[in-house]
Amino acid sequence: MKWLSSKWLAVYAVVYMIFLYAPVILLPLFAFNTSTIIAFPLSGFTTEWFVGLWYTDTLHIALGNSMFVGVTTALLSTLLGAFAARASARFAFPGKTGIVGLIMLPLVLPEIIIAVALLVMLNQLGMPLSLWTVVGGHVLICTPFAIAILSSSYRGLDRELEEASFDLGESRWGTFRRVTLPLVLPGVISSLLITFTISLDEFIIAFFLTGTDVTLPVYIWSQLRFPAKLPSVMALGTILLLVSVVLLIIAEALRRRSAARQGVDTTLAGL
Amino acid sequence: MALRFDREAGQGLRLISLTLAYVLVMLAAPLLMVITFSFWTQDYLTIDTTLTLNNYREAWGTPIYQVLMWRSLKISLIVTVVTVLLAFPIAYYLSFHVTRRKALWLFLITVPFWTSYLLRVFLWKVILGYNGVLNSALLGLGFIDAPLTFILYNLNAVVITLAHAWAPFAILPIFVALEKIDRSLLEAATDLGDSPLRRFFRITLPLAMPGIVAATLIVLIPTVGDFITPRLVGGTDGLMISNMIQIQFGKANNAPLGAALAVSSMVVIGLISVGIFLVGKKLGGRVR
Amino acid sequence: MKDTHTKPMIVIDQVVKKFGSFTALHGISAEIREGEFFSLLGPSGCGKTTLLRVIAGFEPPTKGKVAIGGKDMSGIPANSRPTNMVFQSYAIFPHLNVEENVGYGLKTRKMSKADIARDVAEVLKLVDMESYGKRKAHELSGGQRQRVALARALVMRPEVILLDEPLSALDKKLRDQMQVELRSLQRSIGITFILVTHDQEEALIMSDRIAVMFDGRIEQLDTPEGLYRRPVNRRVASFIGVMNFLPAKVLGVTDQHVKLDIAALGQIDVPRHDIDPAFDIEAVDTIGVRPEMFTLLADADDTAQMKVQGEVVDSEYYGDMTYYSVRLAGHDTPVTISMRNTAGRSVVPPGSQVTVGWGADSIVVFKE
Repeated sequence: MKWLSSKWLAVYAVVYMIFLYAPVILLPLFAFNTSTIIAFPLSGFTTEWFVGLWYTDTLHIALGNSMFVGVTTALLSTLLGAFAARASARFAFPGKTGIVGLIMLPLVLPEIIIAVALLVMLNQLGMPLSLWTVVGGHVLICTPFAIAILSSSYRGLDRELEEASFDLGESRWGTFRRVTLPLVLPGVISSLLITFTISLDEFIIAFFLTGTDVTLPVYIWSQLRFPAKLPSVMALGTILLLVSVVLLIIAEALRRRSAARQGVDTTLAGL
Repeated sequence: MALRFDREAGQGLRLISLTLAYVLVMLAAPLLMVITFSFWTQDYLTIDTTLTLNNYREAWGTPIYQVLMWRSLKISLIVTVVTVLLAFPIAYYLSFHVTRRKALWLFLITVPFWTSYLLRVFLWKVILGYNGVLNSALLGLGFIDAPLTFILYNLNAVVITLAHAWAPFAILPIFVALEKIDRSLLEAATDLGDSPLRRFFRITLPLAMPGIVAATLIVLIPTVGDFITPRLVGGTDGLMISNMIQIQFGKANNAPLGAALAVSSMVVIGLISVGIFLVGKKLGGRVR
Repeated sequence: MKDTHTKPMIVIDQVVKKFGSFTALHGISAEIREGEFFSLLGPSGCGKTTLLRVIAGFEPPTKGKVAIGGKDMSGIPANSRPTNMVFQSYAIFPHLNVEENVGYGLKTRKMSKADIARDVAEVLKLVDMESYGKRKAHELSGGQRQRVALARALVMRPEVILLDEPLSALDKKLRDQMQVELRSLQRSIGITFILVTHDQEEALIMSDRIAVMFDGRIEQLDTPEGLYRRPVNRRVASFIGVMNFLPAKVLGVTDQHVKLDIAALGQIDVPRHDIDPAFDIEAVDTIGVRPEMFTLLADADDTAQMKVQGEVVDSEYYGDMTYYSVRLAGHDTPVTISMRNTAGRSVVPPGSQVTVGWGADSIVVFKE
């Protein structure tokens, strides 16, 4: 079967990776380009767009808002995810498939539907839009990711380990502190980092549910309309990409370490 | 010992109750409210709560909505087919031909996904534009005499951009399904006289079907709900139903009609998803 | 057997355990003696692990109680009981090294670092693991994990050590070796061991006494020899080793003997001294003979007590032993006969006519 031979597939894989990385590579190119017009040929190297970010107050406010939303979302969704992951990894209970399915539903639901539904409910209840309403929506879409990550941690946590600790005279709290927590901690941190990253990048829900306080993606959206602002947006995007990638590498390394410790296959865990 | 049921059930339900409560309040209740809302009427600044099917009559009967709905479905299906077809060989290559550093490949595939979605879409506009990267490169190399115009502000641009945006979501489920295939099954098929091509269609593809179905649904459903990509790179021909939903909730200030459009598109996409799932199940035999 | 064995260490009194509508234990009663190596033997799902977990304190009994060292354990949780467990998976904490694993329980007791280190070193020496103290769980082999799990329980100096199928994860050769080691270790330290196993050979080799369990009940509690020679019913008889069953009819009972008419073997007097006096001897309808209690006689003139003619149907050669399937005259179902392959004795080919000898005292009686 020639078309599935190793050589042709490798060529295809390289072309596909170029396709995947094309926009990502352009981002820093235009961020360091002197021209305000986003087009080739490049006109010269400059860091002025990055420096300019430092003096843009509206950006700083948006960044602060995004940090608040991201951190709060990461904490809440990881907490909710930890409960659900432990329940589904460890216990059998009636309606399990349905309950877990409902919790995982936001993973396949279009974000616009989630956003619109929450908007309708908030309007009906007369609740004003704020950063908290954005957090509410973000927790909904981040919890399934937290569950996926934490499930593999909890699945590696053999119930006999906790029983052994208990059998050796340790209390329930002591068992949690000395056995459970050290074993799931890498998963928890990895979940915090990934949910934070998702919240930081999320646009649609933030766009619908934010009040006067905008988050970073909503700020970027507002800037895209002004051609003169585009290079600054590119610079901002470059920084965001860098931060995301660093956080992801840390998260991935932690997840792997915890999986390796528990003897779980690292390639498939958490998928 | 699977028989410690009662105590287990209690503990499991207690543990999951907080998360479940959150999803019920923040997802199930709002969704029910949207459905209710779609039977009400916007009366300038107030809402008339008399139950009526008028929103649905308008959503299904007005030509502009019909056109948008059809176009959304068409674009989403094309995007899905293109994305899954492009993703399969990569997943296959990773699973069957990459022996070392599989995890690194997987990581590299997911990295672009973590760039701001808005910026990724915007950068495709830069690549595909009249004076864009692609045109300048092709002009410079002498392949074309004048910039190509059929690649931006139309359906093609939307398809390319979305196929890019959803790539990792298509690759990962297919990869997982392929990884799960017991390699001795393939050896058995060869041993029983199958050529590599026959073996691919008789063993590999049916066993990968659950992953293909998952990838299809994961790409198809959210694509219908996207309104950024059509807005930025789609031009007028590329606008989809989600743009109209967004307009109804925003500028047009007709939330009940927006709700009816949202519910209608979810019902349609739900039915299509069930259809794809059933067809996939049949093609995949009794594989889970 | 040492005389310390007479004092009861664990008293299990009418223990019932229900999981929803399923009853795992139907009123189990037993006494386990101090310093004894006691096994709970039975097929999977018979309730042996549940009983062990009730003793350990992981499962509260639905009814009945367990006393350890004369103290009622009702309401006392697993972390306060004088028992320690060796888990089936060994449950070695993956984030701790061998020393930290073994010292885990001592740390809970707020012992000083030096005392912990001393006790840990001592017990690691006992299980032959003194040079592995700094290894992590994933750097250990199956046998080493088993030793660490045992050391972790031993170091607590419990009154009873509970072992849940501790050897099932090991390969055959290592398992044989560990059986001997575990047994001699238990003898030398004198702690009461309770072993759960589904492997009858393992139970026979290691235990002082064995409780054979089926469907949540103890069918027979006896020494290994008692179980093998005097199984109380057909189920126990076929679970422990191989048993040939032949239908029989009671012809008459005297003080010394019971006169039976056995299919293929004919009429014989079976001595009563091996039969439980409480056994309803009139109801006997089946007898059992172990394969090694039959002998293929070299020639028909042998002076054996009793003999019968037969034809070899099939044979299985095991090296040291050969198992023959022999159809006895007057009975359709072949019986299994085992013969040791001693010097000068050749394997009898299928189709051969043979004379089979046996003795009346090798017969076990059963009723339906």
